[in-house]
Amino acid sequence: METLTNTIQGVPLNHYILLCSVIFSIGVIGVLIRRNAIVIFMSVELMLNSVNLLLTAFSVYRGDATGQVFVFFIMALAAAEVAVGLAIIVMIYRNTNSVDINVLNRLKW
Amino acid sequence: MSTFYFIAFLSVFFSILVITAKNPVHSILYLILTFFTFTIHYILMNAQFLAIVNFIVYMGAILVLFLYTLMLINLNKESEPRKSNLVKIAGFIGGACFLITIVAALKAWGGSHPVVLTNSNLGLVKNLGKILFNEYLLPFEVSSILLLSAMVGAVLLATKDPKTA
Repeated sequence: METLTNTIQGVPLNHYILLCSVIFSIGVIGVLIRRNAIVIFMSVELMLNSVNLLLTAFSVYRGDATGQVFVFFIMALAAAEVAVGLAIIVMIYRNTNSVDINVLNRLKW
Repeated sequence: MSTFYFIAFLSVFFSILVITAKNPVHSILYLILTFFTFTIHYILMNAQFLAIVNFIVYMGAILVLFLYTLMLINLNKESEPRKSNLVKIAGFIGGACFLITIVAALKAWGGSHPVVLTNSNLGLVKNLGKILFNEYLLPFEVSSILLLSAMVGAVLLATKDPKTA
């Protein structure tokens, strides 16, 4: 385990922030350009995970375990969000026979 | 050190494939690979508890739930309709502007020290469990209520039949 964790010894904190920013932005682009509601949900998961990785990197950098506890809470939140969101998507599909978000204009005004 | 950059490249590559894949099933499979690279990142940072939880919760439970839902609602009879390229370009420009803003803020901050693992048992289950059940006991119990309410909500939503209701 020591040799494994020695591999991160030279990585600056900036590079972790850059990696997580790139993945978060990819998630934002995915939410903006896709029409399938499930793929939009997956992009949200991508954003949540990039934040998780960044919190862990900060936690290791500071030597404080609080960040990793927060990551645990974010995972619980994501599980609840996915359960309710997928149930809503299945209900929408049963009512409209589509998960295309451009058809779902009932909350328009 | 080069292991980190290789895994980081794989993370970015697979996450780009997630949002560009035409077939939603392929998108889910690429998302599983992306989460696997995240697990490797956690292991490299010696956050063993988070690595295991990420592996079980995300790759085991959440993505199977996604795949199950996608198979339940049968989308292949109408593939994804043509979205106008203008909206795609606008979305890409918006996300790129967001990324440029973050990177510019990072540039203004300047250089940083490397990430060094000072406390080797930081991410072990024993250490995290002590903190979770001492300092964060109330948020832990509140999150259990959140999961319970989510379960009740999902069951209520899924069992309501639109024909009879």
